[in-house]
Amino acid sequence: MSVEAHEVIPIPMPREESIPEAARRKLSSPWASGLVVLITILWTIPTFGLLVTSLRPAAEATSSGWWTFFTDPQVTFSNYSEVLTGGNTIPGGITPYFFNSFAIAIPAAIFPVVIACMAAYALAWIPFKFSTAIFFTIFALQVIPLQMSLLPLLQMFNKGWSLGPIPIFPDLNKPGSAQSLFQGTYVPLWVAHTMFALPLAVFLLHNFIAQLPRELMEAARVDGASHFLIFRKLVLPLAIPAIASFAIFQFLWVWNDLLVALTFAGGTPDVAPITAYLANIKGSYGAQLHLITAGAFIAIVVPLIVFFSLQRFFVRGLLAGSVKG
Amino acid sequence: MSEFVSGLEKVGTALAAVAIVLGILLIVFFLAARTKGKAQGFLAGLVFLGPAVLLLLYGLVVPAVRTTAGSFQNAEGTKFVGLANYGWIFTAPGNSTFLINTVLWIVVAPVLSTALGLTLALLLDRMRRESISKSLIFMPMAISFVGAGIIWGLVYEYRDPSQPQVGLLSQIAMWLGVSDPPNWLLWQPFNNFFLMVIMIWIQTGFAMVVLSAAIKAISADVVEAAELDGATGWRLFSRVTIPMIRGTLIVVLTTIIIAVLKVFDIVRTMTNGNFGTQVVANEMYAQAFVQFDVGRGSALAVVLFLAVVPLIIYNVVQLRKERSVR
Repeated sequence: MSVEAHEVIPIPMPREESIPEAARRKLSSPWASGLVVLITILWTIPTFGLLVTSLRPAAEATSSGWWTFFTDPQVTFSNYSEVLTGGNTIPGGITPYFFNSFAIAIPAAIFPVVIACMAAYALAWIPFKFSTAIFFTIFALQVIPLQMSLLPLLQMFNKGWSLGPIPIFPDLNKPGSAQSLFQGTYVPLWVAHTMFALPLAVFLLHNFIAQLPRELMEAARVDGASHFLIFRKLVLPLAIPAIASFAIFQFLWVWNDLLVALTFAGGTPDVAPITAYLANIKGSYGAQLHLITAGAFIAIVVPLIVFFSLQRFFVRGLLAGSVKG
Repeated sequence: MSEFVSGLEKVGTALAAVAIVLGILLIVFFLAARTKGKAQGFLAGLVFLGPAVLLLLYGLVVPAVRTTAGSFQNAEGTKFVGLANYGWIFTAPGNSTFLINTVLWIVVAPVLSTALGLTLALLLDRMRRESISKSLIFMPMAISFVGAGIIWGLVYEYRDPSQPQVGLLSQIAMWLGVSDPPNWLLWQPFNNFFLMVIMIWIQTGFAMVVLSAAIKAISADVVEAAELDGATGWRLFSRVTIPMIRGTLIVVLTTIIIAVLKVFDIVRTMTNGNFGTQVVANEMYAQAFVQFDVGRGSALAVVLFLAVVPLIIYNVVQLRKERSVR
């Protein structure tokens, strides 16, 4: 198993020039460029309409199309201030949910990367029985869709598990109440996202870490370095590109997730992320277009910043991570 | 302002939790590193692999087994009912809607996204400046399904034809001379296609980026040789380009099919499965978490699992073939 991620997904490294320059010039017709520009505009207009609507005053935004903005330009930021803090129409603001999303997504991106790095190192560089079998089992676990885990995991957090009389996960309810210790905390979300991310993370990081030069590892072992030292001082720093790719992919995935959030966090401002809030106001205040568009823009601006500033890492993570459950 | 402060506090707490977990790991590393020889190898394996294995056991293996078991039980999970839940999925009168819709989704959305992505990749390959277009078409991939739902809700917004229009699609229809555009999201069965457009909008960028990389990787020698032999335009495309990127095409297609099978957020936020737009993944959520019918919810999850498995196996087989060729 010594292949790089880009070899596993058949995306060979792009060459500088795919077609010789002369042929390229001959082929590049104005029609092709025109078509691409047209599709680009078509693809961008919906998002642009969202931005414009979110900047229009309530009366205009709910009673006329956003394109009338160009004949009757009126700009206001009051939609944003109302959505951020709550106002007459929507009592609760988006602010707590916005921070919840960070509080969920940052640890939920770091935990699986760290744990997967450790597992990948063990599988690649600590010789023991069954390591190949364990690696393939972890890889195969990617086929289990999220949906299969949701109900049992929810039960585990709420009531614990036992196999007959043998407890395999303790009942964490506070004594004398039906409330789990985890109620109102991010812990179930972090744990659930970490669990679901692991098969892919272990697979990707193993592909990378197994490629590190053998002489380097052996030299360090001969010098008496422990596995723990090698892991911290050699493996982690060298694996940074793979770690960054996966962490960015996972951060966006968690930030945009709704299913896991609804299952483990409900809709309260204590822990629920911004997607839950958006789904909620879309359902209850669907007619307040100026407000839900402002809320939606606040929610998508973070992934868009990450996307545009770190696109190369994101693409790499995505190409490899597209099979994620 | 106070919300801002308490929000920052929450993020701070989350970061502290990360620091604590990493701190504990470092302490364990430090202690375990003091052992020598064979013991250390064993301990290292345990410390490094243990957390991942435990999390996977508790998070995926045991739940998958329990869900499978639950699918043979009644709503409360107290009685064995055999295949009754599966029987319900495939025979209950109202259920044909979500079954047919899901089939429609997995046929239409992936094919259209891949075809559009391929067209764009080919066109972009002929352009000198491609990065801005590429970024913008790829951008929806970073937007959540919920956000995409709101963006497209604005496109599909319905107003009485006598009023000024708010939805872009209705306005375009009226500009084109349709005097009474329908309420798009209630217009059965076409509303399903309007929901699929959102998925296509998101996935086309993915298909484009992956296929574009594959096209760029076709060796210039191959293209030149084909051109010397007189292959141009359509023949070059169908005899050289397509066969060379066949593996990637299949991966893109199956990947989008898997994403489509699990589509939940789009349907939930746009129509909540009403007006004849229900799909399996949203029905699973509704059964499990709204009706609290654990048996049916579990059975639907198992159906999803069984539908995904052959796709992933096929994908892996393809990838291995691809690898052995090179």
